[in-house]
Amino acid sequence: MSKAKTSSYVSHAEERNPGTPLYMDWVNSVQVNKSAVERRVSSLVKRRSVKKEWQVAWLLKAISLIDLTTLSGDDTPGRVKRLCSKAKNPVRKDILDTFGLTAFPLTVAAVCVYHNQIQTAVNELKNTGIPVAAVSTGFPAAQIPLDLKISQIKASVEAGAKEIDIVISRELVLTGKWEDLYSEVSAFRDACGEAHMKAILAVGELGTLTNVAKASLVCMMAGADFIKTSTGKEKVNATLENSLVMIRMIREFYDRTGYHVGFKPAGGIRSAKQALQWLVLMKEELGEDWLSPQLFRFGASGLLGDIERQLEYHATGMYSAAYRNPIA
Amino acid sequence: MDVKEIFDKMSYGPAPESTKEAFEWLDKHQRSFDLFIDGEWVPSESHEKFDTISPGNGEVLAQITQASSRDVDRAVKSAKAAFPNWKKLSGHERAKYLYAIARKIQKHSRLFAVLESLDNGKPIRETRDIDIPLVARHFYYHAGWAQLMDTELTDYEPVGVVGQIIPWNFPLLMLAWKVAPALAMGNTVVLKPAEFTSLTALLFAEICQSIGLPKGVLNIVTGDGTTGSALVIHPEIQKIAFTGSTEVGRIIRNATAGSGKKISLELGGKSPFIVFDDADLDSAIEGLVDGIWFNQGQVCCAGSRLLVQESIADQFLEKLKRRMAKLRVGDPLDKSTDIGAIVAPVQLQRIMKYIEIGKSEGKIWQPDLEMPTNDGCYYPPTLFTDVPTSATIAQEEIFGPVLVSMTFRTPQEAIELANNTVYGLAATIWTENLNLALHVAPQIKAGTVWINSTNLFDAASGFGGYRESGYGREGGLEGLWEYVIPKWKHSKKKKKRKMPSMSPDEYVSPSLSIDRTPKLYIGGKQVRPDSGYSIPVHDFTGALIGEVGKGNRKDIRNAVEAADKARGWATRTAHNRAQVLYYLAENLEVRRAEFISRIIQLTGCSKEYAEHEFEKSIERIFYYAAYADKYDGMVHHTPIRNVTIAMPEPLGIMGIVCPDVFPLLGLISTVIPAISMGNTVVVIPSEKYGLLATDFYQILDTSDVPGGVVNIVTGSVAELTDVLSKHLNVDGIWYFGNPDLNELVERNSIGNLKRTFVDYSLRDWLSNDEGQGMEFLREGTQIKNVWVPYGV
Repeated sequence: MSKAKTSSYVSHAEERNPGTPLYMDWVNSVQVNKSAVERRVSSLVKRRSVKKEWQVAWLLKAISLIDLTTLSGDDTPGRVKRLCSKAKNPVRKDILDTFGLTAFPLTVAAVCVYHNQIQTAVNELKNTGIPVAAVSTGFPAAQIPLDLKISQIKASVEAGAKEIDIVISRELVLTGKWEDLYSEVSAFRDACGEAHMKAILAVGELGTLTNVAKASLVCMMAGADFIKTSTGKEKVNATLENSLVMIRMIREFYDRTGYHVGFKPAGGIRSAKQALQWLVLMKEELGEDWLSPQLFRFGASGLLGDIERQLEYHATGMYSAAYRNPIA
Repeated sequence: MDVKEIFDKMSYGPAPESTKEAFEWLDKHQRSFDLFIDGEWVPSESHEKFDTISPGNGEVLAQITQASSRDVDRAVKSAKAAFPNWKKLSGHERAKYLYAIARKIQKHSRLFAVLESLDNGKPIRETRDIDIPLVARHFYYHAGWAQLMDTELTDYEPVGVVGQIIPWNFPLLMLAWKVAPALAMGNTVVLKPAEFTSLTALLFAEICQSIGLPKGVLNIVTGDGTTGSALVIHPEIQKIAFTGSTEVGRIIRNATAGSGKKISLELGGKSPFIVFDDADLDSAIEGLVDGIWFNQGQVCCAGSRLLVQESIADQFLEKLKRRMAKLRVGDPLDKSTDIGAIVAPVQLQRIMKYIEIGKSEGKIWQPDLEMPTNDGCYYPPTLFTDVPTSATIAQEEIFGPVLVSMTFRTPQEAIELANNTVYGLAATIWTENLNLALHVAPQIKAGTVWINSTNLFDAASGFGGYRESGYGREGGLEGLWEYVIPKWKHSKKKKKRKMPSMSPDEYVSPSLSIDRTPKLYIGGKQVRPDSGYSIPVHDFTGALIGEVGKGNRKDIRNAVEAADKARGWATRTAHNRAQVLYYLAENLEVRRAEFISRIIQLTGCSKEYAEHEFEKSIERIFYYAAYADKYDGMVHHTPIRNVTIAMPEPLGIMGIVCPDVFPLLGLISTVIPAISMGNTVVVIPSEKYGLLATDFYQILDTSDVPGGVVNIVTGSVAELTDVLSKHLNVDGIWYFGNPDLNELVERNSIGNLKRTFVDYSLRDWLSNDEGQGMEFLREGTQIKNVWVPYGV
């Protein structure tokens, strides 16, 4: 496949992205205009409005797309068990009843933890169909040797993680070593095997939106199943602007290769309103295909609580309070 | 639809904006509106009314008054009566009124937004997020200018009573663009909204009433074109400001010709949207959405001509089509609508007429969108590809959601295609290469150039056209000049300067010498007049002293062609132009004695007086040489992360008809400012003083003034002026001759809407206040605003 093949691809939408060779001419041709990206985002979120039962449905959709996450030094099996129980029953039953969804099998998309908590989570989520995702490769800073990163991935897969959230070496982006980034991420992909790989770009540490776009492309070429904005630990995490840049690259990649790559914004998405904005962004820029857990996730820990309160308001007509819903 | 179904489909539901408050306001007025004159609601003496209709669903919203010419007269009288006191207020006092208006608009912003959307059909998102915030911003900004007028514009004062006529596409915003600067500068106003969209202007009147704006300062007369026409021809109006079609702009210029009214026209456009191969293409697509599908494409500066580099054209058009398929056409009051209703059935028919023409000229493409099925006026976003430059749809303004696309190969070709239009309102350039962007921007004939963005507006940046898109600017410092005049013009008592004359015995009639043969001066060469005739020149006693060529229409044609070839003068450095002018003064000085005796011979003035005129002429050349590299542009503080560069550019080719007084100083004072700014000129000297002008070309010849920069055609001023003022390649004309031709010049200018500077004030050329200054530099230039957003 040479560089410019637009819209005449064979669709591989159902298959996993196997990656491609590294096309440096493609990477180098990327152009991102920051001001225009900002304008698009600020206008887009005001161009669409979702109200009433539509809002309820969209918020429930948002829940089904959450990678419910805990990534703290003080995580314990007890904490992870609580998280898993919330993952299985994210919304109070009486609220679901109000919307006529008594039997609706609503869960979050995945539970995301550090390696040491995988075992607990896997046990808790047995027979639920909810996969466990583990952050890896020296998360969050990626400042450990490559062989340790590879063995960490392998250990997590062995421990039962179905999804691996890897972090890329920011150094390779900042110094323009795209070939090295490509081989690093390719090696991670090999190590993941059957587990799906989400490549965390740590966009807040890449300096420019152009770097964000280029890193997105290289990771997809290296076989990422998802590209993800951030670890949640950088100073700047997911914003609509850096998300727009990444999903435009996903669209570009799909146009030229026919493979769907997923997107995961993470860090800083805490309100129901923000969740709706991201869903609008996905729907408008990529289409409805990208509104399923196969292709879109929210990396969030606090988001669910705000959505629950919003749903309770829709159910009762009365504004809710945080303590009324079970905490994760 | 139940929640489960929506969950699966992820569709958008309805998101209607409430119209409750807007309807309550209409009901409070019994859905019937009078005129706003002298601070009160008054019925028309004719009692005639018409319906204003909501284009979104065809429902009648209210009854609007059709103002008669007698109503207009009442309004003008009220404005006239209010003028002296309003003008007398300190800038600070006027600033407080404008500030109060801005606050009130913000406080009632949603009511304005909903009413505008109802009346015009534009999406509520646009009125809420764009129109109304810009309106408030405009009043805040101009409250500032009102405050600063007393210190920043000390030599200027208000024009008087201003008549303003605004279009239906941005009803309240266009009102703000007109009313804010007019009131800030101390004028009083009679404004006529467009007949389709009067409601927000009437709500605005109510707001002015509520803040206690003095009676008569703002009057609103509603009605159709006949009301507008009554306003235009009203003798007590000192200025007309108009935004609308080029066709009506011409009518207004014609109707006001010879009246001495100041006019500013903001007219149509066919603005190019240029996409280079190194652009951020996805962002450029969004720019295009903002460019041509903003306000249903009913935007004078809409980026309606897509010029895309051939190497990326297929890819770009593919992306564009995919984006178009995502646009939502529908109820203007729905918050998820991208494209609302076309303003009225008549406009929809106009669009459809062009679509029919376009189908035979290019390839049409429309996305398969769900269209509203009610009685509203809707049209889907439309793309024409493979359109030749000769196509009607590539040349004429459609004023609808219709984009026409063409390809180019090189930057040079992009510039040529961009300029291949009679219009010049705006242009958009997409490239990530700043060198390329800043290479192209100055070469495009347009009042606004947006780089990597489009349809950005702000009160701090002047907006207005080149060519047949009109003249005058709205916004920024450059916009204020439309609403002020130099103080000396009003205060001037028509005292005649008494010219000390020579006693007859001092004057010696020239003796017969070798017969000199003055010719015309065209393209840097002395050429014989095409006619083969000459006309006599007499001294002040009536004795024949020589002959000059009798130029005719062909000589004017040749002179304009020479001026056209010399356009490179504009791209020389300002420093270089200044050097040429200083050298000119130096060479003129060498021939001081000869010119002084020529002045005496032609005018009969005293030697001392002639010397004074000569000295003044030298000084004036120095003055404009000095300004050549000091008439700077500005960087405006527009509220986004960008630099908005306001740069003065020469008009291009100018015609100059010299005054009938001061043979040398009159010529210098009119020709030198024009060329100092980079214009090339065709000069028609006074008939009486033709011989001096022909002496002068020898100075030009020896002073490194490039051939074609100044062309001199002697002959019958009336005949030559007629041809020159009609010439379609002349961008501006200055007329200082006999006032009998004032009207002719202004009337003739309508062909290509050339800028006119016609002197109604009989200025004193010896005075520095009247005979030189910024007024001349402004009249010889036009401001281009280039928006350059940045960021990584």
